[in-house]
This record gives sequence, structure tokens and C-alpha cells, in this order.
Amino acid sequence: MSQKPIELILMRQLASSLAMPTFLVDHDGTLVFYNEPAEHLLGMRFDETGEMPVGQWATVWQPAEADGTPRPVERLPLAITIAERRPARGDFWIHALDGTRRHIEVTALPLIRVADELVGAVAVFWELPS
Amino acid sequence: MNVRLWGTRGSLASPGSDTARYGGNTSCVEVRGSAGGVLVIDAGTGIRRLGRTLAGVARVDVLLSHLHMDHIQGLGFFAPLHDRSVETHIWGPARSVDDLAARLRRYLSPPLFPVHLRDLPRLVLHPLPAGTFDVGEFHVTAEPVCHPGFTVGLRIAADGATLAYMSDHEPALGVADFPTAGDWTSGYDVARDADLLLHDAQYSLAEYPDHVGWGHSALDHTLAFARLAGVKHLVTFHHDPWHGDDDIERLTAEACARVAVPCKVTVGAEGALFELAAPSRA
Repeated sequence: MSQKPIELILMRQLASSLAMPTFLVDHDGTLVFYNEPAEHLLGMRFDETGEMPVGQWATVWQPAEADGTPRPVERLPLAITIAERRPARGDFWIHALDGTRRHIEVTALPLIRVADELVGAVAVFWELPS
Repeated sequence: MNVRLWGTRGSLASPGSDTARYGGNTSCVEVRGSAGGVLVIDAGTGIRRLGRTLAGVARVDVLLSHLHMDHIQGLGFFAPLHDRSVETHIWGPARSVDDLAARLRRYLSPPLFPVHLRDLPRLVLHPLPAGTFDVGEFHVTAEPVCHPGFTVGLRIAADGATLAYMSDHEPALGVADFPTAGDWTSGYDVARDADLLLHDAQYSLAEYPDHVGWGHSALDHTLAFARLAGVKHLVTFHHDPWHGDDDIERLTAEACARVAVPCKVTVGAEGALFELAAPSRA
């Protein structure tokens, strides 16, 4: 067992206390945590999904455009943030794991520590009115 | 590797009859290796007396865990810094906005101090890199830990033994069910399986709720952290300036009664010496 960077630990602690859905990934995009409000929107508890590589989480909720066209991984805000080390935002549709289709807006921020090291990224998201 | 405590008090030097047993000087620890290397961890007021014992030493390395005042206040009174026969290296956390020299100059310059940093004769400053590096015979790992401002925990290995140092550390911050898994616990990798852990133990469990986010631990959290990390010997450190010797002993006994730990627990006392040896092989 190896300890996560302190910035991820503190962000998870903060996310645990927030009422905004929050999704946390590490430096290579692996999902490491989402909070209870996010569990509500995504339709499954984090304890049940566990950590997931980017290729898995970027497809498991089936992100798509309004017309149902799949949204490619590289156009998801969190993937852009990890790849380009910059904030990114966007809106798209997901299929929650409880079967609900939801329109969400996502804002992602990189987590960069001293020495310019990217340790991960955090995304907050909201469900938009249908 | 020998480890001697020169200052164990947190936040503010607190001399007096009620602190005589555990000491009133702020954080300072001397580490000596078998090859003669001298490391000093933090430069609280305890460093003044340490400096007087270093005659004949050609090089001293001072590792600063962070730059809060109680960890640097003794620097100006550290004799080797004024001695042309000694090369003093100070390693301190760097930030992206200003370098270590600029940050130390805030204290080591008028009006806070009469001597300028630039006037110290043989001083070499190093940004303390996150990760692992060697200082002489010591294998040092510095990792950021949970404490306001940029603060590192230090893991020092030499002679087959390991010391972990987290004088200012609040691993329970925001964790409702502390301690949980090691991989989500601040400082875990620094402390894991260490032979000796010097760890923040500033507050009682009753005092902690009024100080959440100040960057320090309740004694119960310190014990739980030591148990999680599997350390062999915990030494409590950074005692609250409001706690007299009797308070520290009572609060430690009460915490130990609540939180069972499999390791030895010692209250950190100024002057205490810990001799760390490599595990013997059967």
C-alpha cells in the first residue's frame, strides 16, 4: 500500500464535506474517489465501483451528446485537464448506473504541487435542468 | 544512529518550573550517524544549546520541516552559523513564489533580527526537494504532510535504522473515522514501520475540537496514527505551551488508556537520547 499525495488526501477530505458532487482522479486519470452527492448523480456508491482507470470510468457512465452520439474520452473535461494541465469545462449526458439519463455540466481543475508536478485533478459537476 | 531531543515544545518557548521535566524549548533534534555526520532537524530555540556542543564539527546540515516561527527562531543563535570554520547547510521547503533565502530573510533581517542572512559566513541554502535524497551518510525522504503552510515530514535512514519526524501534523483533519486506510492518511509513508517516530501530540482529545485545522494532533490521534503506521517506538513531541509536565503525563496516560498501541510510547523530553540500531539478524 502506497500513500496518495497529500494534495489528493486533502482534496478527498474536502470533497467528503461538500454538498457539491465532486470527482477526484490521480495524475494518470485513475478515478480515486467521488463523494456522496456524486454517488447520487452517478447512481452507485464509490465503495461499489472502487478505483477505475480512465478508460473505464470514461465509458462506464456512457457520456454522450444530446443526440446520443458518444462523447470521446479525450473531450471529457477531466481528461482534457489531465492531458493539458489546465482547467476545462463542458456539458454532456450520462447514463447513471441506476438507469437514469442525466444532463450534467462539469468543471475540472488540475492539482499541481510545488515543483510543477501534476498529482491529479478534481471535477465538480451539476445536473442541468432537462 | 543517535537521536537527541534539544527542544520538544510546540508553538512557543515555555520555560518555567512547570515545564522543567519535558522542557520549554521549541523543536530541535540532533541526529548523529556512525560515520560522524550531523543532521539537525528544525531550528527552534533548542538549537542554541545544541550549537555549543558542535565544536570541531566541519559541516552541519539543518533540515527545516517548515518555516513557522517556532521552528526557525533559534537560527540566529546557532553558533556554527557565525563560525568561519563550519560550513552550515540549511535545507528548507521551497515554494513557487519565492525561494528559501527570501523566506528566511523575513526573519533574519532588521527589524526582527540585527544580523542579515547575507552576513553569515559559510551558509549554503538548499530547497528541500520532495522525495528522497542523500545528505552525507543519511538517506532522507521529505514528503508534504497536513499542516498549514508548506510542511514536510522527514524520514531519515542510516546505519540500518529509520527515524520519522512529524512535529507538526494533523492527519485526522476532516477524517470522520480516523484512522482509515494508510494510503489515504497524511504522513503514512513517512512513518511506516519506522524504528522511532517523533510526532505532534499537542492537544488532548477534549481540546482538539477547538483547534481543528490548526495543524496539530490530539494525543489519541497520535497514538492511532502510530499504530496504523506500525512504528516500533513513538515519542510524543511538540507539547502544548499551556501544558505543564504534570498535565502532559496525565493526558498521555489517559490517551494510552483509550487507545491501545502495540509499540513503546515515550513522552518526548528535552535532552533525551535514543540510540537506534539495525535490527539484529538471527
